[in-house]
Amino acid sequence: MLSEIANFQAAYARCLDDQRLEAWPDFFLADAVYRVTTADNHRRGLQAGLIWANSQAMLRDRISALREANIYERHAYRHILGLPLVEQDAAGATRAETPFIVARIMRDGTTDLFATGRYLDVFARDDAGALKLRERVVVCDSSRIDTLLAIPL
Amino acid sequence: MPLDTAWPEGTVHQVPYWVFQRAEVLAREQEMIFRGACWHYLCLEAEIPNAGDYRTTQLGELPVVVARDAEGVVHAFENRCAHRGALIALEDGGNTKDFTCVYHAWRYDMAGNLKGVAFRNGIAGKGGMPKDFRLEDNCPRKLRVAMFCGLVFGTLSAATPELEEYLGPEISGRIRRVLNGRTPEVLGRFTQALPNNWKLYTENVRDSYHASLLHLFFTTFEVNRLTQKGGLIVSKSGGNHVSWSAIEEGAASSEYAQQQIRSDSDYRLADPSLLHGFQEFGDSCTLQILSVFPTFVLQQIQNCIAVRQVVPRAVDRTDLHWTYLGFAEDTAEQRIMRLKQCNLVGAAGFVSMEDGCVGGFVQRGAAGASDQQAVLRMGGHDALSSDTRATEASVRGFWKAYRAATGL
Repeated sequence: MLSEIANFQAAYARCLDDQRLEAWPDFFLADAVYRVTTADNHRRGLQAGLIWANSQAMLRDRISALREANIYERHAYRHILGLPLVEQDAAGATRAETPFIVARIMRDGTTDLFATGRYLDVFARDDAGALKLRERVVVCDSSRIDTLLAIPL
Repeated sequence: MPLDTAWPEGTVHQVPYWVFQRAEVLAREQEMIFRGACWHYLCLEAEIPNAGDYRTTQLGELPVVVARDAEGVVHAFENRCAHRGALIALEDGGNTKDFTCVYHAWRYDMAGNLKGVAFRNGIAGKGGMPKDFRLEDNCPRKLRVAMFCGLVFGTLSAATPELEEYLGPEISGRIRRVLNGRTPEVLGRFTQALPNNWKLYTENVRDSYHASLLHLFFTTFEVNRLTQKGGLIVSKSGGNHVSWSAIEEGAASSEYAQQQIRSDSDYRLADPSLLHGFQEFGDSCTLQILSVFPTFVLQQIQNCIAVRQVVPRAVDRTDLHWTYLGFAEDTAEQRIMRLKQCNLVGAAGFVSMEDGCVGGFVQRGAAGASDQQAVLRMGGHDALSSDTRATEASVRGFWKAYRAATGL
């Protein structure tokens, strides 16, 4: 299981870093939850997110908005993921916590440490038996986001 | 250093770029706006509901504590120990009986009154404060505090007019429309670090002209087009504004197509539930952006309610603090809708992420042009309310209030 999840996380990061954003929602189940929040909100149990989705279709909408509607300066990410801590919860679901750091590379070459944090994941299998995310809560360590968050984490 | 103010007196339809670029301008703003005769948003009453609750915030560079005492009275005072100037409160908020400075343990009550000085009488009869030292002479500066519809405002200046007079009747009414009679609950807090001067954001908030041109998301769904029913309210001072729009049946127009601008496409949502909001105001107004000079914003975009606070950090750096709101009266379904519609705003917002970068585009674009000026002539030269949003009247209004406050 650990190696399957490690492989999943590596594929997820590569998908985003290679700008294959249209493939990103495929990592999630149809009724998946995806949320980007901060450690402060998470600790206080505050529910709002910078991104808040409760369907894979909402993730597809986010990508089509980025491609067709939203304006931002061209940039890319490099995700560096730490080791996933995998455990089964009391209900038998597979949970994982995986730390990340994300560098942002702007079109002029400026490279910044954009975000650090952790993925709090619940994994499940789809009808075909493939490993998918039922839930991913992206908890950023800092409460400050520089300029904007376009490409998902 | 005297300011080179090549800015014809009374002109608000042209703004020289040096106002966004110079350290001495920011220093004057700190003194005359942030510590001057303006009301500044501090926090929500709902964030400090109980005796002993406090939040820390900023009036520009000035750190401030807002606290509720045992009798329920809300106080605000400078977050600066009267002894040697250290911060008194180090957290964003919490609950406490009093505040003790970590440096030398000077102790303050919830109103910022000095209540205790460590080793005041010395040790073993030696040292200690002189006999004429009086606690009451040594306090951080206290702010005047005023509350309106659960919003807590503060000002350091005795010259600031009463809050409701400062807001004006139309702006007060529009705040009541969103907040009155309900119990706000914080759904989340986020800070967006903007790569630009603070005024490029406060202009942007008041700029009803750009909304449907830069932000394609709404335009496409006909949630916000300049051809929709809508209008602009500018307060008498110029500094406060409301831009609003309402859904009107059969209001589709070909004017966007004729302009051949980017804001027209066949883009549709795979999950349109995002836009299936609920009626909560008893009117057809789907968008109301409200600003109070200098740095407060109250936003209603469908069912997404938020307050925004602008804090300058340097000439070309600004913190934008977002507090997303729901209400205790919300049903579970309504709460989900608010959370869903939070996708519209903030640093990753479908309709606001561009505002995070566009100020930086101006900051960088005008970098070598301090002797040049921005043109704000859409809709004329004045700063008056209008029934169209194809105008820059409320941006001019900001500059009217700004020039009055700073003397620039």
